[in-house]
Amino acid sequence: MTSPPNTPGGREEFAIRMEGIDKTFGAVRANRGASLEVRPGEIHALVGENGAGKSTLMKILGGLQKPDAGKMEVNGRNVTGWSTSEAIAAGIGVVHQHFMLVPTLTVAENMVLGMEPTKGLRFDYAKAVADVEKLSAETGLAVSANAKVSDLSVGEAQRVEILKTLFRGATILVLDEPTAVLSPPEVKELWTVLRRLRDAGGTIVLITHRLDEVIDISDVITVMRAGQTVDRLKTAGTTPAQIARAMVGRDVVLSSRDEASALGTHPQGEPLDEPGFHPSDDMTSAIRVNDLVVMGSRNTRAVDGITFSIRPGEILGIAGVEGNGQTELIEALAGLRPIASGLMRCNGHDVTTESISGRRDFGVSHIPEDRHRRGLILDFTIADNLILGLQTDYSRRGILNGTRISENARQRIETFDIRPPSADLPARALSGGNQQKIVVAREMGRPFTILLAAQPTRGVDVGAIEFIHAQLREARAAGAAVLLVSAELNEILALADRVAVMYRGKLTKVMPIEQTNEEMLGEYMTGSRSETAA
Amino acid sequence: MSSRFRENLEEALFPPIVALLVALICGDLLIMSYGQAPGTVYRLLLEGTWGNAYGFGQVLYKATTLTFTGLAVSIGIRAGLFNVGAESQLAAGGFLAGLLGLTLSPHIPGIMAIVLCIIAAMAGGAIVGAIPGWLKVKYGAHEVIVTIMLNFIVLALLNYIVAARLHVPETLHTPEISNGAIPRLESFIPAFHGSAANLTIIVALIAAALTWVYLFKSKRGFEIRAVGLQPDAAEYGGVSVGGAWMRAMVISGAVAGLGGINYVLGYKHYYEEGFAGGSGFLGIAVALVGRNHPLGVVLAALFFATLSQGGLAIHAFVPKQMVEVLQGVVILAVAMSVPEVRAALRRARKPAAA
Repeated sequence: MTSPPNTPGGREEFAIRMEGIDKTFGAVRANRGASLEVRPGEIHALVGENGAGKSTLMKILGGLQKPDAGKMEVNGRNVTGWSTSEAIAAGIGVVHQHFMLVPTLTVAENMVLGMEPTKGLRFDYAKAVADVEKLSAETGLAVSANAKVSDLSVGEAQRVEILKTLFRGATILVLDEPTAVLSPPEVKELWTVLRRLRDAGGTIVLITHRLDEVIDISDVITVMRAGQTVDRLKTAGTTPAQIARAMVGRDVVLSSRDEASALGTHPQGEPLDEPGFHPSDDMTSAIRVNDLVVMGSRNTRAVDGITFSIRPGEILGIAGVEGNGQTELIEALAGLRPIASGLMRCNGHDVTTESISGRRDFGVSHIPEDRHRRGLILDFTIADNLILGLQTDYSRRGILNGTRISENARQRIETFDIRPPSADLPARALSGGNQQKIVVAREMGRPFTILLAAQPTRGVDVGAIEFIHAQLREARAAGAAVLLVSAELNEILALADRVAVMYRGKLTKVMPIEQTNEEMLGEYMTGSRSETAA
Repeated sequence: MSSRFRENLEEALFPPIVALLVALICGDLLIMSYGQAPGTVYRLLLEGTWGNAYGFGQVLYKATTLTFTGLAVSIGIRAGLFNVGAESQLAAGGFLAGLLGLTLSPHIPGIMAIVLCIIAAMAGGAIVGAIPGWLKVKYGAHEVIVTIMLNFIVLALLNYIVAARLHVPETLHTPEISNGAIPRLESFIPAFHGSAANLTIIVALIAAALTWVYLFKSKRGFEIRAVGLQPDAAEYGGVSVGGAWMRAMVISGAVAGLGGINYVLGYKHYYEEGFAGGSGFLGIAVALVGRNHPLGVVLAALFFATLSQGGLAIHAFVPKQMVEVLQGVVILAVAMSVPEVRAALRRARKPAAA
């Protein structure tokens, strides 16, 4: 435990000072005497595993939640239990993980929402645009004021969110997992913006669980675990391993490639078992896709003629910035979205027109990208979630077999270490990592030959990432064909045998992993390099 | 396991109890505003309902219909559908049952005639329920709009048919059915003399039990609940969302339609214009207060039936519309107290859990 830096007088100016914060939701103690001290003009990283209480602490700071106990000061003023409007007035700006923008309005309209400039009784749009452009020029955050938010990329939308808080006079900026949706170049750009804001005197709190980012950008680090503040470190001189240990409370045992992923460093081109790689052909491939075309929501060709195949015992990684057709591709392969044209074969069978459950019977398992929307029914119990999609197998003459359902739950909970281990708890009560384990347990706990894994470790903590990666490797070793779609380049580099980048609905050439590196894939991801599949 | 069961039970029971207390206090104020003593009025209300066999029979009779419509609405809600059409489904069920009862020969065994009429009642409700289901699945038409509109259409259509073809002159009802009548309770227990209570109540309890099995123990029920909570996840689980909606609307309509036999076969032995009398709409309140659980629906149906019958008993002291105000208060109080009371319960439990 490193004690907070203190001046001899004992009174130091803090931008934010939270002490002994307690907050309980039902049976969950989200914060237990958590503390946070942030000095003005620093970039402060708040790190911790999922469910460590970071977001709750920030919600309390932003006035969204009232603490059960504890004291909170902003710029020396006692503000314990204030409201959101008070927090905004005091210059606290929170950029949420999920954007709070109205998609049908323009950037300028979103920016001034709630404090619209008026001319007489009418909304003065021209003034709104002028204000936004002025602020944009001052801060160097480039946005186009007249663009509709629905037309923006995720990175642009995030810039709008940040600018929106600045527009409301924020001097203390809280960013909740800001990089989860960004491509590597966009992340670099965000760092530039944050540094510029800091140098202009702003204070920034960054919630993240990606250690490479922490090292990259922060000045000071606060580590939380199980609702408590366990460590406060100066970034200079701290190693990722130290932070990881503080986060998990033990040494994290990761294989070298996993470590590379969790720590964000580049893998050391491990040699594969078979050096001379031969592209799989129809006879040996577990899944083969030819000229696949899938229509997107606006009747565009979201997936525009994709061809690939995966052999048993192989992981094909598909990298790419989100929104380039990966979602549509996975949904089409899983049977959730119709295939407009092209062919899909599983173990030699044509399954192009098969239903979702039909494909399951052909050995397809699917970890969907959004566990809250697709993967889980949050108000169902763990036991019921563990048979979602298998309800026919677990019933006889239309009646569910309760004994087998609980027996299945008991086994899966034990094998996949789902916590807390009570089968009749609703999935909603679990942390993100454990929710994802339910999905993984269901999809990988039964026989399968093809696994569609979409963003399998999104928003889960280091421990769960470690576990899920081990499961994927085990599946490969057991002879499954794995399609890994991930926005995390590090994850692809850590797991995939071959990799392709998806950009605007098309796939680049499929490359053996050892022939690629982060820079090269990054260029494909942003479209600055293009070489489509032959 | 058992402690979680207790928690669930508490969370299911406390909100209605709190709502009831709120309603009692509002009732006190209302009664006092008429210059009456709340105690006296409440005593009369209870005496007129649970206090004598006739009143109790009337409560049972009213609760029977409300059980059917409450179950119908709750089946819809479990699938994520708000079926506002129980009123016309109830009427259509009663109409078809009555129509068949008119045409059946008195020579076929009564029990067989009753079964046939029951099937007709379910078919009538199911057809009316299927229309909004189909329009939603096929064209995305919102079921609330369609069921509301269908209430007008179906009720008007039935009125027309009865008025043009079937009514007994000078009345709004059809002739008496020739077969398929369900015996009244008074023929077994003479104390119930004069009350409308009949054996349909057993059909209602069976319907509640089957609804419970279907929703919570069957594969189709699992799928319907999955669709109701998270359609995208259900689809991922291989469930046809449209199929589940269609199924839920047909079953919901059939259960509502079945409620029609209470009046048509069990009480008056003919179909009469407007016999549903708002029971379909009150079913929404029954489902809400009963928390969309079959057992809760049965209890809520008894409660609303008591209020409704009790209104007649206290009419001499306060306007019977007072109980309608009370019904409204209960519904509002339940709607508001559900999340609040549950949150308070969790807070109270916190020290034990931590």
